[in-house]
Amino acid sequence: MEDDAPVIYGLEFQARALTAQTAETDTIRFLVGTQSLKFDNQIHIIDFDDENNIINKNVLLHQAGEIWHIGASPADKAVLTTCYNKTSDSRVVSCAAVWRMPTDWETGSHESPDDSAHNPQALELLCQLEDSTHGNTACVLWEPMGDGKRVISLADNHALLWDLQESSTQAKVSSTASLEGKGQLKFTSGKWSPHHNCSQLATANDTAIRGWDLRTMSQIYCIENAHGLLVRDLDFNPNRQYYLASCGDDCKVKFWDIRSVQEPVKTLEEHSHWVWSVRYNHSHDQLVLTASSDSRLILSNMVSISSEPFGHLMDDDELSEGEESHQDNKSKEPLKDSVVSTYEEHEDSVYAAEWSSADPWLFASLSYDGRLVINRVPRVLKYRILL
Amino acid sequence: MDGETDGLVVGSEDSGPDRRRRVHGMLKLYYGLNEEGQVLDQQESLDPCYINGPHFDPELYLNKLRRECSLAELMDQETCMVKQIRSLDSDMQTLVYENYNKFISATDTIRKMKNDFKKMEDEMDRLSANMATITDFSARISGTLQDQHTQITKLSGVHTLLRKLQFLFELPARLNKCLELQAYAQAVNSHRRARCVLQQYSHLPSFKGIQDDCHAIMDKLAQELRQKFRDGGSSAKDLSECVELLLQLDEPAEELCDKFLSHARSRLESDLQGLEAEIRPYPSAPMKDASATRSSSTAAAGSPTENAPKMSTLLSPTSNTDILEFIDRGCNEFVSSLCLVITSYQELFITHAQTGELATKNIPQMANGKLHAFVDDLAARYFSLVDRRIQEEKGVSDNSLLVRALDRFHRRLQAVAKLLPGSDVPNKGTEIVMRAATERVKQYLSALQSFYMDSLTDVRQALATPRLSMTGVSVAGGGALLGGAVCGRDAPNSLPELLSSLSASILNQIKSVLASVHLFTAKDITFSNKPYFKGEFCSRGVRESLVVSFIKFVCQSSRQFCESAGDKGGSTPPALLLLLSRLCLDYETSTISYILTLTDEQFLVQHHSPVTPVTTLCAEAREAAQKLLNHYVKVQGLIISQMLRKSVETRDWVNTIEPRNVRAVMKRVVEDTTSIDVQVGLLYEEGVRKAHSSDSSKRTFSVYSSSRQQARYAASYTPSAPMDTSLLSNIHKLFSERIDIFSSVEFNKVSVMTGIIKISLKTFLECVRLRTFGRYGLQQIQVDCHYLQMYLWRFVSDENLVHFLLDEIVGSSAHRCLDPAPMEQSVIEVICERG
Repeated sequence: MEDDAPVIYGLEFQARALTAQTAETDTIRFLVGTQSLKFDNQIHIIDFDDENNIINKNVLLHQAGEIWHIGASPADKAVLTTCYNKTSDSRVVSCAAVWRMPTDWETGSHESPDDSAHNPQALELLCQLEDSTHGNTACVLWEPMGDGKRVISLADNHALLWDLQESSTQAKVSSTASLEGKGQLKFTSGKWSPHHNCSQLATANDTAIRGWDLRTMSQIYCIENAHGLLVRDLDFNPNRQYYLASCGDDCKVKFWDIRSVQEPVKTLEEHSHWVWSVRYNHSHDQLVLTASSDSRLILSNMVSISSEPFGHLMDDDELSEGEESHQDNKSKEPLKDSVVSTYEEHEDSVYAAEWSSADPWLFASLSYDGRLVINRVPRVLKYRILL
Repeated sequence: MDGETDGLVVGSEDSGPDRRRRVHGMLKLYYGLNEEGQVLDQQESLDPCYINGPHFDPELYLNKLRRECSLAELMDQETCMVKQIRSLDSDMQTLVYENYNKFISATDTIRKMKNDFKKMEDEMDRLSANMATITDFSARISGTLQDQHTQITKLSGVHTLLRKLQFLFELPARLNKCLELQAYAQAVNSHRRARCVLQQYSHLPSFKGIQDDCHAIMDKLAQELRQKFRDGGSSAKDLSECVELLLQLDEPAEELCDKFLSHARSRLESDLQGLEAEIRPYPSAPMKDASATRSSSTAAAGSPTENAPKMSTLLSPTSNTDILEFIDRGCNEFVSSLCLVITSYQELFITHAQTGELATKNIPQMANGKLHAFVDDLAARYFSLVDRRIQEEKGVSDNSLLVRALDRFHRRLQAVAKLLPGSDVPNKGTEIVMRAATERVKQYLSALQSFYMDSLTDVRQALATPRLSMTGVSVAGGGALLGGAVCGRDAPNSLPELLSSLSASILNQIKSVLASVHLFTAKDITFSNKPYFKGEFCSRGVRESLVVSFIKFVCQSSRQFCESAGDKGGSTPPALLLLLSRLCLDYETSTISYILTLTDEQFLVQHHSPVTPVTTLCAEAREAAQKLLNHYVKVQGLIISQMLRKSVETRDWVNTIEPRNVRAVMKRVVEDTTSIDVQVGLLYEEGVRKAHSSDSSKRTFSVYSSSRQQARYAASYTPSAPMDTSLLSNIHKLFSERIDIFSSVEFNKVSVMTGIIKISLKTFLECVRLRTFGRYGLQQIQVDCHYLQMYLWRFVSDENLVHFLLDEIVGSSAHRCLDPAPMEQSVIEVICERG
């Protein structure tokens, strides 16, 4: 098996929305949402066969509109949310909805792989995350590691916490928070913190990053001017509860300790254009993935601010792949912060990058021209981290 | 004897070889020569024809002659022979006669001597008889005088003893008298003579008494001497006499040394206090007292110098004396009196003691040790004062003063070094000088740095207040197309002037600093030939920590401009970034090597330790220049980007009206780009660009000009499938090459402009992709892009780049369009030209 060669998959539409299927931990599966104003939009379910280096894909129709954001339920692998644009009467409205995949999409595709694209099945709408007072949803966030009953949507300057009821067919706003200030404030993205019992949320608007307490729906911290220009994305370190990564239009990736927000802990300036996405590896938080509109994807190894600053810490969960020879790792010299690798397979702006939820050493990135690239962490680094 | 003589005379009368041979042989016999002569003449003498040989045969010879010679020859031979015989005859006669006379006189002499000796013998006999009688008499006389002689000897012994005793008995009185007359030396001398005797006979009560008296008197004397010594007012000669006497009195030398030194110390310390008084009030003296100070200092100057220490404590603000005065004073007062003390001490305790019997008691060593400790102690205090004073010397205005002061300081210490060869005082002094020099270099560095920062502030101000008259010119030059609408934000024309004046003033400052520092190594300065000043000071001090540090500082501060401005959104004016970038580039190309060569030449640096090479500095400067220029591009690009972004984001593109004009923001973008172009052009060269197509501005481009997109969307609903990796990427590479948006630029105008335009257009593209357009929205974008294309191509190195990005923008907006109905190219052109 050639290990480090990337696997490329081309969509026929432009696309921005990418997510790993969070609830799926056995197969490597990504969901991609397309953007087309003229044709029916699709959700591509992309399975990656690690053994044979083969991609299997299934297409589901998403007729509601072009997809700007996609989120998979952490509890039910068939459930997902999308944020989409609907055009009606020469008006463009951003909406969000919870969907369920048809139960037999998998079997159907296997029987007749060729014509599945021609007769794709449609998604089943569970409920609209719609509120008459708040429009233009920028993104929908599932409660991390939750039971798939709570989501947050960011709409204009409001953060809405929804309770999904009756197997997600009904959604109710349980609480809201709103951003006050002069001018038209608008959330651009957000992230639900997996720490503190999932009671914190971080949002980005313009150049600021704000933290919210979901119990009181009040702001708990604010990083004004976190980036020189617009903040595009955020991610929480999965293992260190106070660490947050952000990226933005100033081409920088910054790492923050939210306990002291005056200065970033660390700044990376590797990209040559806006950075659209930053993602921590779920298991080894020194691995950070960033995607940029300079058409590059960069994998960085941020050892110094990771939870494993001295190399590997014993963690049996991620050793499910059968790597058991990790006993004698104490004498390893610590790795330095560095760019592991720059991936240049994309030709257009890369707007999204995601780690696989099943294989911690595998990630996908999506560029605007509809190219999905699946890469692996270089084997050398993988062994250094593991052994 | 007589017979022989007669025979000779008789023989001489004969003629012919017979007689001659006989005579010859007899003479030989007489003088004992025949043996040797025979040996020598063996060869010739054997020849019977050889006339002088012993075997001469007259017959043979005659026959031979007769046989061989003609008559004439025979006749000649005969005359010759007769002549020879005659001369030989006369010779012999003289000889015989002379010898005969000698014999006669010799016989006479011997005869006479015989008579004389006989007479002498008689007289000698008589003499011995007389001598015998004399001995006899003398023995008798000495026998009779024996008794009297012994008596006289005894008497004379008694006499001397009595004399001595008298001396002893008179001693106390004499000592007293000496004491009265202050003839200490005599007293000590007398006492010393008597001391042993007294000591020996001290068991006798009378002597004991005398001894006690003497002791008492001598104690008194010692007391007085000590008193005199302590008073110290006496001259050096008195003092030395005093010490000498005390030493002779078995006064412990150590104590004397201590006393002497402590006495000297008190005097020196008053000097030191005087010096200290000059320093101490300095920090507390407020500046506003300066005028009062000056007046009082003139008053102080008039007063006698002896009062100076007191005066200075009273008039505390007068301490603003400059360092040269301070050092002068230190040298004149402290160092010179220290030298005096050392000399007199050495004379007293060391040189003197070495000659006398005191040397045995190890006094010189002890005294020397004490002296060293003493000098070290005081010198340390002096040095600390000097150090403090030097540290107060903060102003860098006049280095020559400091150097002269240090020189004097160092020079005067050489005197101490000569007096005290083993002392480390001069070394410490040199250390102080070295410290002062390095300190000074540091001060110069910080002065240079602050000068640089000040100049930058000036430049900043100059940039902030543009000369309006200049802007008009620049508009005419660069923005003719835009009809003078270029705003004069940065007073572009003054940029080169600012740059050159900044560069020149920095260079001048460096030169003047180098000149000042150079004073430290001037030939006439005593410490300049110390190895430190020859080597380390030049290389490590001046070159590394002054010049190199400054250059590094310039680069460093330039880099900081990039960093600090990055987050806060451009607190540094872009023009300053551009200017600094050019400055750093100039440094890289020429200035650094010039400065370093200048330094090396001036200081003749011989680099013992590794020094920073020129190339490293140049690389650093280049890096800084690159960074600044990149940052400039970024800042300018972001300013334009921001305009574009706002313009795209704030508009409702779905429900917009049919385009009639180019949007104002696009005009603004072009204006700004033009003014940036002018600005950059002032400092950077044009750079190379690819050849333009014949009419670049007229180029038409279709909505779906991006070929790969067109291809893909035409076959819109083909099934997506995993494609072959390499094939796919190769196909894409055929159509486009990757554009690095915020990439490094080259040091020329075109590259800079390309960078800025790339950033701006990429932003435009990304913003467009986030929006949805209606038909007229798309058309507006078409118009805008055409307008941009008309003007922007001229600025960039490769116009295809602009075309490509604009194509992408229009293409993307077409894809984001709900009703893509592109506008006619001719209409677009009309609108653009009208605008």
